[in-house]
Amino acid sequence: MTLAAASPASPGAAGCGEPAVAKERGQREVFCGLTGIVWLHRKIQDAFFLVVGSRTCAHLLQSAAGVMIFAEPRFATAIIEERDLAGLADANEALEQIVGTLLARRPDIRMLFLVGSCPSEVIKLDLAEAARRLTRRHLPQVRVLHYSGSGIETTFTEGEDACLAALVPELPAARDDAPALMVVGALAEVVEDQFRRLFAAMGIGPVGFLPPRLSTDLPAVGPGTRFLMAQPFLAGTARALEARGARLVPAPFPLGAEGTTLWLRAAADDWGVTPRAFHEATAFGEQRARRALSARRERLHGLRVGFFPDSQLEVPLARFLARELGMVPTEIGTPYLHRDHMAPEVALLPPGTRIVEGQHVENQLDRFRAERPDLTVCGLGLANPLEAEGLATKWSIELVFSPIQGYEQAGDLAELFVRPLARRARLEV
Amino acid sequence: MQLAVWTYEGPPHVGAMRVATAMEGLHYVLHAPQGDTYADLLFTMIERRHRRPPVTYTTFQARDLGGDTAELLKAAALDAVARFRPQALLVGASCTAELIQDDPGGLARTLGLPVPVVPIELPSYQRKENWGAAETLYRLVRAFAQPRSTPRGDRPTCNILGPTALGFRHRDDLVEIRGLLARLGVDVNVVAPLGATPADLARLGEADFNVVLYPETAGVAAEWLARTFDQKATTVVPIGVGATRDFIAEVAGLASIDARPILAAETSRLPWYSRSVDSNYLTGKRVFVFGDATHAIAAARVAAKELAFEVVGLGTYSREQARDVRAAARDLGLEALISDDYLAVEAAIAAAQPELVLGTQMERHIAKKLGIPCAVISAPVHVQDFPARHSPQMGFEGANVLFDTWVHPLMMGLEEHLLRMFRDDFEFHDEAGASHLGAAPAPVPVPVAVEAVRWAQDAESELRKIPFFVRGKARRNTEAFAAERGLATITLETLYDAKAHFAR
Repeated sequence: MTLAAASPASPGAAGCGEPAVAKERGQREVFCGLTGIVWLHRKIQDAFFLVVGSRTCAHLLQSAAGVMIFAEPRFATAIIEERDLAGLADANEALEQIVGTLLARRPDIRMLFLVGSCPSEVIKLDLAEAARRLTRRHLPQVRVLHYSGSGIETTFTEGEDACLAALVPELPAARDDAPALMVVGALAEVVEDQFRRLFAAMGIGPVGFLPPRLSTDLPAVGPGTRFLMAQPFLAGTARALEARGARLVPAPFPLGAEGTTLWLRAAADDWGVTPRAFHEATAFGEQRARRALSARRERLHGLRVGFFPDSQLEVPLARFLARELGMVPTEIGTPYLHRDHMAPEVALLPPGTRIVEGQHVENQLDRFRAERPDLTVCGLGLANPLEAEGLATKWSIELVFSPIQGYEQAGDLAELFVRPLARRARLEV
Repeated sequence: MQLAVWTYEGPPHVGAMRVATAMEGLHYVLHAPQGDTYADLLFTMIERRHRRPPVTYTTFQARDLGGDTAELLKAAALDAVARFRPQALLVGASCTAELIQDDPGGLARTLGLPVPVVPIELPSYQRKENWGAAETLYRLVRAFAQPRSTPRGDRPTCNILGPTALGFRHRDDLVEIRGLLARLGVDVNVVAPLGATPADLARLGEADFNVVLYPETAGVAAEWLARTFDQKATTVVPIGVGATRDFIAEVAGLASIDARPILAAETSRLPWYSRSVDSNYLTGKRVFVFGDATHAIAAARVAAKELAFEVVGLGTYSREQARDVRAAARDLGLEALISDDYLAVEAAIAAAQPELVLGTQMERHIAKKLGIPCAVISAPVHVQDFPARHSPQMGFEGANVLFDTWVHPLMMGLEEHLLRMFRDDFEFHDEAGASHLGAAPAPVPVPVAVEAVRWAQDAESELRKIPFFVRGKARRNTEAFAAERGLATITLETLYDAKAHFAR
């Protein structure tokens, strides 16, 4: 449980292409994958997420969803009780009954996800079999899929990865080998529409999005499909897409003016878009983004920023803050670092940046207390206690729920980091 | 299996966390999978605590399940003792760890730790949060409480039992009750669990009797203390004027003192406010009451006897205290609703057609949906019900708070109703003007048709994607931006140009 060799990158390296990645094990102050349901159910508008778990799981969703819990959300928990633990046959029957009730009450639902949890995994409840059985019963109205969002298998955003990976076998096969682009990862609708317009302006198409807004609009996949990851936490989904013949277009993630341009350019180069057409499509957006960032740069330039692990967005965010706003990353914690997917990002980090994969929260707190970065990005369990110790914090979960990708959101993204510092500067009590 | 969207209570280990977090010098090692740390933010965010809860999670993952989860538990316990140097260690399992059967308490005891280890067994698939809190306090009291070692003094002494972390108004209730006991001449020996150390628990036996503020969390411990040390406990929860007076009389009896002077001197504004003619319209208002058993029973009494409402529904999600709620409901001629299914509560409220709902955060939303005024009387509550200002529910000041809190939504409801009713009345309509000044209504100037900036279709639909609470600002800014530049049409580009412009 000790931090192994957190040595900085070799001095003089242009970036940290050979990054100093330390691994750490111990207590993790992170969410489990069930939390992904909170934004996924907003995205796929005709899907329902039924967690098969304990009262703890229901309590977690309630705490994570906040006020959303009162808006007739399309998720719920089938709480395992003592009598379900006695024999597995009963649990399956009970589950079928609950799904029957649920679907009768919500006839608008077209896709149902049975979401595994720690308790359901430990008692080895076979949700795959349950999903098959329920699909047979409820087709053609409803398709029943399953994935695990358990804490023993998934950290926070990995819940989305597990969900999308479960969707991949459902994607229709492309009719031919004609090129098509797929953007993978849930994005806010406003961001998705901006990207759609940019691809159209470059002449790239057809463009599909995974997940789609409706479960009946699943994008097709085939050997002509190339996919661009809009989120960094989708290792399993990428593997599943590759298994169906699709090809990954490596790129940094579309955060900030530079990140968005590099991301779009990766697609454009792969598609054979001319530099001129690319410039015409993106120049205005990029300029606008840089304009929106310039004012924030004055506030953030030279300040040190550290990240606690949370969503796997930490490395791309640190890259954005370092290169476009002049911040100095101290420690970048991340729950998991996919070496290949993250390579374009890591290459852009300033030399000497320290990446820590995994977590021993107490040791990490000790390091942050010693280093005292000007801004600490962390979860809500740590934020107020660190503020009380005099460290400025930015709570990280907002970075997952807010539209932050693309040119038009670059300024908003920077603002999320400016605000806590501006607030501290204003307060006189 | 039980289908749930809302849960009134968390799992029992959250109850144990509420006790551990309330105390000082105690650390809780919780055998739990990655992710269960979510519960920390209930304490750091909803209650706005300065410190992390004193809980170490073993955070086991799938790859650990092969067999070394027991080792993780041992390492976590050793680490926690070395780092936090607690007086005692609480050790238990969350729901998933309960299934893998590592026996956390037994394992921790084999480590030869320099501090006492208190194992707690919380059946996660049968019990819930309040039961977990009560069981934890009981186990701790059993482990540490010693019989009286000093002779009884001149002044009567008591313990105050029940206030926890994440308790609805526990902080301020404690202030009220401490004040009341001081004015009665009763000394407080130990308050537990809030603020107590394991060493303080050892001194519980020194008190003459116990004051039980919240039976949900302290009932079991108080019964054990009564059996073991012959300490009697209070049975009245001092919420409302009548209950506070009964509580004073009960405490005076246990302390063998004369309650008459203080009963004569202590006052609340509630009785006069309730008797003032302004409150006439409250008579017979139909009210539905739901919450934990303690607060629901107390609220029903205040509603019926101190505000002259008609209680048309009474219920609780606390199955452990269901009998008391049933008795209270019977006294009001009602059948109690005992349920932790919010849909059943919603159906009962809809059927009872109340004019006011007193309940939890859930009932607040049910009431909002049904368009009924509502006030919060019980956990679970959200962040706004851990207020900065002093706002107890107990004692005479608590009664003042209850009056204001419950009457306010009715006044607001009445105001809104009147305004809506008179909106089309000839005297009150928009163009009527201030008639009581005798002036004829001024003609409303017809706005000169200005060349309005036109919104292109795509820009207009893009604007609709902006959240409603900032949409107005975005529209104003964009139109100002377009007007400044003499643009006749706002396109998508204009919208985002303006956004970037105002970002500066």
